[in-house]
Amino acid sequence: MNASPQSADAAAAPRSAARRRSGAARKAMSHLVLTLVGLLFLMPFVWLVLTSLKTDDEIFVVPVQWLPGAIQWENYTKAIHAIPYFRYMGNTIWIAALCVLGVVVIAPLVAYGFSKIDFKGRNGLFYIMLSTLMLPFQVTMIPIYVMFNKIDLTNSYWPIVLSSWFGTGLAYYIFLLRQFFLGIPHELTESAKIDGASELRIYAQIVLPLSKPALLTVGLFTFLGAWGDFQGPLIYLNDPDKWTLSIGLKQYIQENKVAWGQLMAASTIFTLPIVILYFFVQKKFIEGITITGLK
Amino acid sequence: MNAGNQIGIRRRERKRLLVGLLFISPWLAGLLLFQLYPILSSFYYSLTEYSLFTPPEWVGAANYKELFDDPKVWLSLYNTLFMTIFGLFPHLAFALAIALLLNRNVKGQSIYRTIYFLPTLVPIVAATLLWMWLLNAQYGLINELAGRIGLPQPNWLLDPKWTKPALVLMGFWGTGTATIMYLAALQEVPRMYYEAAEIDGANAWQKFRQITLPAISPMTLFQVIMGIIGTLQLFTQGYVFAEGNGQAIGGPENSLLFYGVYLYQTAFSFLRMGYASAMAWLLFAVVFALTILVFKTSAKWVYYGGDR
Repeated sequence: MNASPQSADAAAAPRSAARRRSGAARKAMSHLVLTLVGLLFLMPFVWLVLTSLKTDDEIFVVPVQWLPGAIQWENYTKAIHAIPYFRYMGNTIWIAALCVLGVVVIAPLVAYGFSKIDFKGRNGLFYIMLSTLMLPFQVTMIPIYVMFNKIDLTNSYWPIVLSSWFGTGLAYYIFLLRQFFLGIPHELTESAKIDGASELRIYAQIVLPLSKPALLTVGLFTFLGAWGDFQGPLIYLNDPDKWTLSIGLKQYIQENKVAWGQLMAASTIFTLPIVILYFFVQKKFIEGITITGLK
Repeated sequence: MNAGNQIGIRRRERKRLLVGLLFISPWLAGLLLFQLYPILSSFYYSLTEYSLFTPPEWVGAANYKELFDDPKVWLSLYNTLFMTIFGLFPHLAFALAIALLLNRNVKGQSIYRTIYFLPTLVPIVAATLLWMWLLNAQYGLINELAGRIGLPQPNWLLDPKWTKPALVLMGFWGTGTATIMYLAALQEVPRMYYEAAEIDGANAWQKFRQITLPAISPMTLFQVIMGIIGTLQLFTQGYVFAEGNGQAIGGPENSLLFYGVYLYQTAFSFLRMGYASAMAWLLFAVVFALTILVFKTSAKWVYYGGDR
């Protein structure tokens, strides 16, 4: 070992130490900012739950009272009895389930056609599909309503469910699955083709089983969309018996008084299933977002 | 190559076409029934007076002429573009800032990510109602905190000057999706770019300005386009804000009358399907024009890496 690299090392050492120190300081700063802003982000959740556990006297008070005196669980029991809460929840689950079922059957079929079968005109059709994503909902809203009105299906779940199966939103899921299918090695499907397997068989026996994670992502996002959808049910569902939670929540709001305790309790129950779902399949959410964003 | 072979190839091609079309047929059916047909009939309705109960009555371009004389159309367009300009861009800048911090490989990244993403999971109606409570002028948490640090305590929900800023404020809470997308884009930026810049003595700002921003510009383009399309269709927040206040559609002095809200009202409260269809076409034109504008300018600020 000669002297020169050692002296270079010696010169580099303080510089890298300084860099490490400034790196540590930057990380500490990042933590500080992320934590502070993060607390602001958590605050609405805390306020949601705390309000749901307070009496009216504790809710309408200046300055604000943070913690409830005695925990008011009855806000929850009152909330689910003040409106047909479980009927609305059942309706919401039913619509969401139908939407998910159709989309996870239809979207992968189409995505397979757009990724694994090389037919004439495929790319052109694919670009048409992508461009439909720019079509504002409002342009098709009225004719689709008129169409369902003519066949007497308004005030039923069909317009909502069929729109999710065949409407503009589907393109988003087809795109997501197509990106996933393109990642499946060509050799895998080609060798099956040479062995004489039909496309349907390759699809069902090779591609679909490999795509469970992507299908889960698609199902999840469809569910989320249907669970929180407001405009669809607002337009189509007149009969209060058929309302979903998004529509039903307004019943806690009366002419000049809002039952905030009950409303926050009802909102908490409305949100909880999704938050629980998130903690079970966190990775799927993040993947779903990044796949569509990046490619 | 002999003729028989060529016929074989053509037959195989035809078969592939058939099978391919079969696979995508559900989408094709959707395209026809839920997009093409509605687009065409929307255009037809826009040239008629149509109340749903009587057949459409041809009025020519009358609806389009009315659009230009309808102050509510322009007001709602203004309200909507206000949200696009003062909502979308600050929200994206904020999402990028958080993503940059997360990208410093801080410990507990996944916990932070969860915290910032969680609000996007709250059903939009529940989120809007919760924010109305947070923004309540008298008993709301936000005005309480604002008062403590000496900020103004506006009447967010009833003062027409403050209703849209209230929605912008609420929008920051829903930026988690944009943050996740930006974080993913940041993680794709090759480390060697930064290393090379460091050797040249670039400081943090220069690295951000010269490397990070150009490298993630395709993601910014994507978010701006989707954001424009999204905000121009803004509906639920504006509708719920007014309704939750026990007010008529549009809220205080129509300050929450967004284009989507006015269009909904025209169609389903006033039952003027023809006029609402004309409104939809104006919206389409605005979406289209803005998208093209962004794409046109994007040549100047979007950079694609060598492999694209």
